[in-house]
Amino acid sequence: MSSTPAIRLRDVVKRFGPLTAVDGLTFDVERGLCFGLLGPNGAGKSTLMRLLTGGAIADAGSVEVLGLAMPDRSREVRARCGLSPQTDNLDDELTCRDNLEVYARLYGVAREIRADAVDRGLRLARLQDRADNSCETLSGGMRRRLLIARALLHDPEVVLLDEPTVGLDPQIRQQLWQQIDEIRTAGKTIVLTTHYIEEAERLCDLVAIVHHGRLLDLGPPRDLIVRHIASRSVVEVYGDDPTKRRIAEAADGRGIVHRRAGTSVALFVDELDGLAEVASLRPGDLDHHLVRPANLEDVFVDLTGQDLG
Amino acid sequence: MRWDAVGAVIFREWLVFRQVWNSVMFGSVVEPVIYLLAFGYGFGALVSQVAGIPYLDFMATGSAAISVLFTGMFPGLINGYFRRKESHLYDGILAAPVNVAELVTGEAAWTGLRTTSVAAITMVVAAIFGVSLEPTVVLALPVGFVGGFGFNCLGAAFASRLRSTHQFDFVIAGVVVPMFVVAGTFFPLDDAPAWLRWPAMMNPLTHTTDLFRAAAFQVGTVGEIAISLAVLLGFVAFAWWLAVRWLTDAMVD
Repeated sequence: MSSTPAIRLRDVVKRFGPLTAVDGLTFDVERGLCFGLLGPNGAGKSTLMRLLTGGAIADAGSVEVLGLAMPDRSREVRARCGLSPQTDNLDDELTCRDNLEVYARLYGVAREIRADAVDRGLRLARLQDRADNSCETLSGGMRRRLLIARALLHDPEVVLLDEPTVGLDPQIRQQLWQQIDEIRTAGKTIVLTTHYIEEAERLCDLVAIVHHGRLLDLGPPRDLIVRHIASRSVVEVYGDDPTKRRIAEAADGRGIVHRRAGTSVALFVDELDGLAEVASLRPGDLDHHLVRPANLEDVFVDLTGQDLG
Repeated sequence: MRWDAVGAVIFREWLVFRQVWNSVMFGSVVEPVIYLLAFGYGFGALVSQVAGIPYLDFMATGSAAISVLFTGMFPGLINGYFRRKESHLYDGILAAPVNVAELVTGEAAWTGLRTTSVAAITMVVAAIFGVSLEPTVVLALPVGFVGGFGFNCLGAAFASRLRSTHQFDFVIAGVVVPMFVVAGTFFPLDDAPAWLRWPAMMNPLTHTTDLFRAAAFQVGTVGEIAISLAVLLGFVAFAWWLAVRWLTDAMVD
């Protein structure tokens, strides 16, 4: 087992005209981890994915995948990575099985094991009974499962999942998380971009928070929360503007950290004692509230002053 | 060059063709029939001999060359555009260990096979219409392949530059139609004004047409055939290079 990290970025910059999509990113992803890139749309996550698969070339800095420098060793890198792209590009002119068959050939899967690889892919996507149907007939969740299975045909060491669950129902998302868990269990390195908090917290060993192409912080989700959020719980109080203002003022009076977020005001408190304290603030204004653990969204807001959107 | 990757690209085209072959073949047969009926009998009633051969023979081979141009160029142009901009098929293929050169080569080779079959079908239709072909007509098959390969690359090159479907018109009106008209396909260039000679001589379709006639009727000198082969092969090499270069520019930021 080599000790080089799966991915190594050093001061990577990528510009598109006047826009700097990636602005000096430096980090390593050790092998066998599930690494999440968390940030709003336009944070530079997809550009980073393209830098890793040769679709874009850095203007400055160095990108290495599995110890191989990009873009010089791009072909070797692509042979050892599997990509599930954000833009669904399943081949609608072909059946599910033929989609996998074509990509197995593109990835150079040896003839002797190709049929097995395709069958395994169909099984992984749970589409054995749809194998000979056109991809056009699949639901959104099925298509995503097939895209991920397609990325695994050649048994890659690194799996890149670009927004794997974007636009899907929560229930379908759960199924995909299960599929991604299976990839983790197989010991592969996963790099996953997402703008869903639960996805990053649920799946990732390590999360990089990116914004405007910059790395704001990096760590295990729990550590990030502890590092940036003083409390373990958050009470979100919903209401009209006067209600929220009264709550905020009352919180100020008690020295409770709070912030306004869209339709609610969020109060950062410590478990049971804190909840009692909030309840005593203005009982009449607490008709609609929600108690939840502090999460990565709070971290993101703390770091940027903006919602993750 | 990873030839198994080229093979994978061709394999994908084959899988798609397997589902749509009947409509494609219908076009390949009906098109030369219409040309032969309309021009061969319609126009042929006015002219009997052109460039030393019967008009029906002249235009049958011209029609084969035009089919090679259209069947080669349009998939390169239209599929090339949609696979890059709409279906994102190229993103998928190029995220695999496949290079732009292999992608372009695979698609052009598949199209070359298609234009070979189109040339063959046109010759068979011509024979049925009474065009008498020499046995050397089998040499029209490799010409059909090479020509189709080149026209596909040319279409793919332009496709890589287009920003919207409206720009198809530039390529069709600016490239395809002039090539189609100034190539000695349906009327001879012998009487064309001098200023039109050079573009015609540079036009790969002119040489495709001449090589078809050389194969079908054993007309033309060795020197003329050698020049036609040289121009056609030079065009193919240039078109391939251009397609690889422009598609690389379009796909890699």
